[in-house]
Amino acid sequence: MTDATLSNTSALASQYRTLKLRRARRAGLLKHIFLIITSLIMIYPLLWMLSSSLKPENQIFGDLSLWPATFEWENYWQGWNALPVSFTTFFWNSTVVTVLSVIGNVISCSFAAYAFARLEFSGKTIWFALMMMTLMIPYHVVLIPQYLLFLQLGWVDTYLPLIVPRFLAGDAFFIFLMIQFFRQLPRELDEAAMIDGCSPFKIYWAIIMPLSLPAMATAAIFSFIWTWEDFLGPLVYLNDMKDYTVPLALRMFVSQDSVSQYGPMFAMSILSILPIILFFVVFQRLIIRGIAMSGLK
Amino acid sequence: MVSVTLNEVRKAYAGHPVIHGIDLEIRSGEFLVLVGPSGCGKSTLLRMIAGLEEITDGTIAIGDRIVNDLSASQRNLSMVFQSYALYPHMSVRKNLAFGLGNLRMARPEIERRVAEAARILQIEELLERKPRQLSGGQKQRVAIGRAIVREPQLFLFDEPLSNLDAELRVQMRVELASLYNRLGTTMIYVTHDQTEAMTMATRIAVLNKGRLEQVGTPFELYNHPRNLFVASFIGSPKMNLLQAEVGADGRAELAGLGHLTLPAGITTRGKITLGVRPEHLVPGGSDGDLELPGKVSLVEYLGSEVFLYVLLSTGQTVLAQAPGNAPFRKDDPITLALRSDDIHLFDAAGLRLERAQA
Repeated sequence: MTDATLSNTSALASQYRTLKLRRARRAGLLKHIFLIITSLIMIYPLLWMLSSSLKPENQIFGDLSLWPATFEWENYWQGWNALPVSFTTFFWNSTVVTVLSVIGNVISCSFAAYAFARLEFSGKTIWFALMMMTLMIPYHVVLIPQYLLFLQLGWVDTYLPLIVPRFLAGDAFFIFLMIQFFRQLPRELDEAAMIDGCSPFKIYWAIIMPLSLPAMATAAIFSFIWTWEDFLGPLVYLNDMKDYTVPLALRMFVSQDSVSQYGPMFAMSILSILPIILFFVVFQRLIIRGIAMSGLK
Repeated sequence: MVSVTLNEVRKAYAGHPVIHGIDLEIRSGEFLVLVGPSGCGKSTLLRMIAGLEEITDGTIAIGDRIVNDLSASQRNLSMVFQSYALYPHMSVRKNLAFGLGNLRMARPEIERRVAEAARILQIEELLERKPRQLSGGQKQRVAIGRAIVREPQLFLFDEPLSNLDAELRVQMRVELASLYNRLGTTMIYVTHDQTEAMTMATRIAVLNKGRLEQVGTPFELYNHPRNLFVASFIGSPKMNLLQAEVGADGRAELAGLGHLTLPAGITTRGKITLGVRPEHLVPGGSDGDLELPGKVSLVEYLGSEVFLYVLLSTGQTVLAQAPGNAPFRKDDPITLALRSDDIHLFDAAGLRLERAQA
């Protein structure tokens, strides 16, 4: 190849690289613009709620802008004490129900999942099919039979109907999620542990569970969110305002008989989602750490 | 050290038999290698000895104790897995100590054993690392360390070197052999790699389709294979097999290749298979009992030796071994000489034809 040909080829390669870089930049810019607009559309209701929690009552529905003309911090103080029972009680009630539910769900569902994924027992396939079938039954279908059962047990007006079922591996979604995860773990780990003298429970406790942090964290996050914001369950089983959870308490701001207090309600709504965000941030790290840890080979 | 006795051991999955009644005695202090092609049941057999797989029928005894109903941990054995099976969330130290902790051993004793194993395997500087921070060879050492800290009466290895690259495999093979010499414990080793089997074993058990084909020393298996399967499985490159027919004159006729007088003491008639190892087909030789003319179709140069693929006049290709400096090239005409004393003979059923005892 002559020097002239080489120089020509080099110039062409340089032109190609510049063109490719320019194209990549343009594509990146378009992608970012699209994502930013979509994100704004998605986050707008939340921002609107945050803004409304700081607006005076008369500006909430009259002014759609996100920046309040005046900041009504008073809404938070008023909201906290607006109801006959303080929000301190409601938050405490929600925390008790949610924390116990999350613990119950994670422990019991992981036990059930471990049994399905690793142990051999008679009727395993049938039990698994039955468990999967419960995924397809809407909650509202079992609501009345469940209510009657808990009424017979004398559990209505207590937290037991909201907590006890969580300790009985009642959520097929979490069980299925964990089964899928457990199945990815090499069986040789169980076998090595068996030779090392582990019982099935010890294998679960010492090997499977620590390696399943991503699945456990995912189950914990979903369980936390669904329990914390559950409205129907507490509405059905709790009658005394002192026992109300946060979603029930928020509902009390909206009254058909009197004027609703939207500012304080939005203020409390904002406070009510803070634990969810906090929980997500903490446990999301566990998911990432868990994924990094389970790189087996 | 302990012996292991398998008596009529069978295994079936959903009624489908995979191990067909195996009788095998593994002597105390022996390094027995279970070898065979993929799916022959060697790993299943090892897992049954380990207690990881239920035995459908028969008995397994470790020492004088039948262990059929004992769990894996009660059999006082250790196992090294193909994928190492190190606990990913534990440090190397914890991996080594985990089993000892389950035995409720005193902490100073655990520490002593872990330190000793780490010293033997030269992994002292790795003790605080997690398995993901180790190379393949280091992981393998830790897996072996986890096995030796228990000071078991029996070691089981399930293709422990198959995930390593060729160089490391050779190195680990030497280390395992020296570990065996140092510990003297009974070892059962599963592999499909016959080089591992030949170099490490005191005895080899060859399995095929869930049946034991032959048990013997590497020398016995190589030089006196009991049947065609063992003859063609043991040895790399493979033994050449030629079809022949023995006539009334007691000579074997190799169609299109000539006649060969059978070694003294062998009397048979009819169809036989004649086996000859590549090193016994001498290129250019003239002092053989039979000469096979052909053409070199491929030359594999390995440095110290060269493998010649020779297309015979009958259309069959045989493999011959020659010194590395042999001057053969592709398409060269060639004559291969073989001596009747070097051949292996198998009857129509594939069983070895032995010389009658004088």
